[in-house]
Amino acid sequence: MALTTTGKKARSTPVKKAWRSLIWLMVIIAGLTATTAGGVLFSTASWTPRLALDLEGGTQIILQAQLGEGESISTEQLNQAVSIIRQRIDASGVSEAEISTQGAQNVVVSLPGVPDQATLDRIESSAKLEFRPVLYTDAASVASVGEEGDAASPSPEASDPAAAPLEATPSVSPTDASDLNWITPALFDQFTNFDCADSDTLGANVAPVDQPLVTCDDTSTAKFILGPVEVAGENISDATNGLVTNAQGISTGTWGVNIVFDGTGTDQFAAVTERLFALEGAQNQFAIVLDGRVISAPTTNAVITDGRPQISGSFTQDSSKALADQLKFGALPVGFEVLSRDTISATLGSNQLASGVIAGLVGLGLVLVYSLFQYRLLGLVTMASLVVAGVLTYLVLALMSWRQGFRLSLAGVAGLIVAIGFTADSFIVYFERIRDELRDGRSLPGAVEAGWKRALRTILASKGISLLSAVVLFVLAIGNVRGFALTLGVTVIIDIIVVMLFTHPMLQLLANTRFFANGHKLSGLDPQALGAIYRGRAQFREPVRTAKGSGASREAARRQTIAERKAAGTITAPADTPPEKSVTSSAPSKGKDS
Amino acid sequence: MSNLTQFGNDLYTGKKSVNFVGRRKLWYTIAIVSMIISIAIPVIGGGFNFGIEFRGGSQFQITNTQTIEQDLAQEAVDEVVAGEVVRVTTVGDNGVRVQTDQLSDDETREVASALAAAYGVTEDDVATSFVGPSWGADITDQAIRGLVVFLALAAIVMALYFRTWKMALAAMLTLAHDLILTAGVYALAGFEVTPAAVIGFLTILGFSLYDTVVVFDKIRENTAELGADSRSTFAEAVNLAVNQTLVRSINTGVVAALPVAAILFLGAFALGADTLRDISLALLVGIIVGTYSTVFIAAPIYAHLRENEKDISARDRRTIAAREAAVE
Repeated sequence: MALTTTGKKARSTPVKKAWRSLIWLMVIIAGLTATTAGGVLFSTASWTPRLALDLEGGTQIILQAQLGEGESISTEQLNQAVSIIRQRIDASGVSEAEISTQGAQNVVVSLPGVPDQATLDRIESSAKLEFRPVLYTDAASVASVGEEGDAASPSPEASDPAAAPLEATPSVSPTDASDLNWITPALFDQFTNFDCADSDTLGANVAPVDQPLVTCDDTSTAKFILGPVEVAGENISDATNGLVTNAQGISTGTWGVNIVFDGTGTDQFAAVTERLFALEGAQNQFAIVLDGRVISAPTTNAVITDGRPQISGSFTQDSSKALADQLKFGALPVGFEVLSRDTISATLGSNQLASGVIAGLVGLGLVLVYSLFQYRLLGLVTMASLVVAGVLTYLVLALMSWRQGFRLSLAGVAGLIVAIGFTADSFIVYFERIRDELRDGRSLPGAVEAGWKRALRTILASKGISLLSAVVLFVLAIGNVRGFALTLGVTVIIDIIVVMLFTHPMLQLLANTRFFANGHKLSGLDPQALGAIYRGRAQFREPVRTAKGSGASREAARRQTIAERKAAGTITAPADTPPEKSVTSSAPSKGKDS
Repeated sequence: MSNLTQFGNDLYTGKKSVNFVGRRKLWYTIAIVSMIISIAIPVIGGGFNFGIEFRGGSQFQITNTQTIEQDLAQEAVDEVVAGEVVRVTTVGDNGVRVQTDQLSDDETREVASALAAAYGVTEDDVATSFVGPSWGADITDQAIRGLVVFLALAAIVMALYFRTWKMALAAMLTLAHDLILTAGVYALAGFEVTPAAVIGFLTILGFSLYDTVVVFDKIRENTAELGADSRSTFAEAVNLAVNQTLVRSINTGVVAALPVAAILFLGAFALGADTLRDISLALLVGIIVGTYSTVFIAAPIYAHLRENEKDISARDRRTIAAREAAVE
């Protein structure tokens, strides 16, 4: 193997294998470190795993889709809801909000700090889609379109028409929604002073369905005075995007959005188009308003009586799809209700993190003490393995924070602490198997190899069950349970990697040191203390037999004869040669140097 | 150590042997009695103490307080909403948690500032949350769905791996025992049932089966070696396997329990983190019970299930006959 850097003298196979495994482990750690470092330098990664709200402080709102009996919400619909909510939050200038779906019908909104009431209201209100006729339009006067986030200080005079001294009720009662009499001096003043950047923050772009509305389009480039609502979003039964065809049914190569209204919508839309078609200029347009913002304001080219209008224009495939989705889902088929709202202060979060970390360290310390007590110096291998597992886990969590949006929650911390015990169990299973093999009279290197084979099978089977529980919980559960399952699953996998690529190779190497191979009293693998049957020079004492449990002892005896046969074939240690040279492996094929 | 090592040696060779399998009636009786008690505790005690996540309501958590006097909280809430039933608990030595019925947004803000004033902290130190009554039920529904799927999959995996469904059945029965006992102790402790506790229970599922698989793998190994001329009966082979892994069971139980106990006693009581406390209590009990039950319940049940199989009982009869013949 090109990777191994064996010394001058040829090493036995287990030692070579051990070095190879350790090098692989180094490669994995180096790879993870390099990836994280690259992420930190060139992207948004961080050296520390990102913390969830319960540790960092902030507000988490869980919204649940309101479903009637037998109703269900598709993943597509849920994702649409997420993007709508994201638009709303972005519009309110809150940065670093995280919105995600959870389970089959929940949307989780995580905000840093404590958001103001307006932001909360915005998130919690359900999306509203409506069709309004355009009365008047103009380019937005605001120059700094992108600075929505700075518009925190409201200027109430501009947004509150009631406060204006101007005439606020139409002097002539409007006859229909397109009647320009809707535009009162007060409304026009509001329109003139209307700043698109403020519109969302102030909640100014909200008007009753029977009243005109002043608002901007969703890119804040144009502002509108709109008449009362003509058709509500609920009356859209479907919206799709597709290539526009001409009268002969031949594709024109441009994209359009096809809307299908239900019965009520068809009648209402027919009336609107009939009226708008006769009008000119801005009044010929109707505006599609989503949550108070105009997402599209097409002109009316025909009277649509079949309830199946097509919106065409300068669409790309993507933009037509986006509009179709907004039309279809904009007025969400289901409303959302707030399931829980949790605000954690930053102090509480850091307190909880500190508690978790202290508890974890104390737990680790106790495990070390117990391991040293039980396994003497072998306990240090346990500790080193746990440290390696800890390093790997930390790197993986940091990477997952970067790539997968993982956030470490308190439940996750608990999962990590619990994992200390579960991980240490792999080593215990392995060490006990080695001791069993030593008791059977094998030499240490032989016991390590034979014990490993049996232990690995047990470890894989049992860890498989653990992994299965983590995966099932992760897939099916929601909320905290997920974070917990994820950390548990990650630690199980890392546990297996560590025991294969670190603990076992370390023991293979240690088995060839004089200290361990000679079974020093402090090594934890002292054959004398273990009551090994092997007495040197291929002599084995008779196994102890007692009347009690005689079947069991016979069973043990039977196993010993197998061990004897194997051991006798390979163990030829004369007292005057160091064991590490002569004793290599219990496998039938002898080591090269023996 | 030397004592436990020596003990392990004797267990391994069979010099010492605890008759786990043979005295199964005793273990079964203990298991059934403790399960009945575990079920009786919540029934007599008026059911589980469900947390706010299951009841629904508003919660305020105040940190860095100068005092943990509970009356202050009641007064502060009364200022805003008179006659509101308030549950106040102290968290650690400088935190207070106040739970009320669900309040409106305005009331929540007012109560938060009243509490901040009452305890002499800034409003930043008052965390507010509101939980709809369906939240806890929701998370539990999902958890139960996960549980059913997991149990079904785990049973299939174990049956395939061990090539006998009887091991899977024995493991599942043991798991049920573990969960019932853990729930009983939880009810006895009077801790609130929170989503964190639910997580703890779900982890016990994993641990209980995990521990059982480790021991069953040794049983599989030992019983697979039983040939026609074997000198031990099936039950004896199972018993030897359990004895041979007993030291592992003890060590694992201790090592798994230590960090959890550290969370429970340090993280929760001394430092005051509710989530940690709820998870760790369920886990600590679950680990202890799970380790115990593998040895005392899972293995005897498995031997019990198998030894009446035709092949095995015939072989056992031959073994015993041969043994008696040898004695004579």
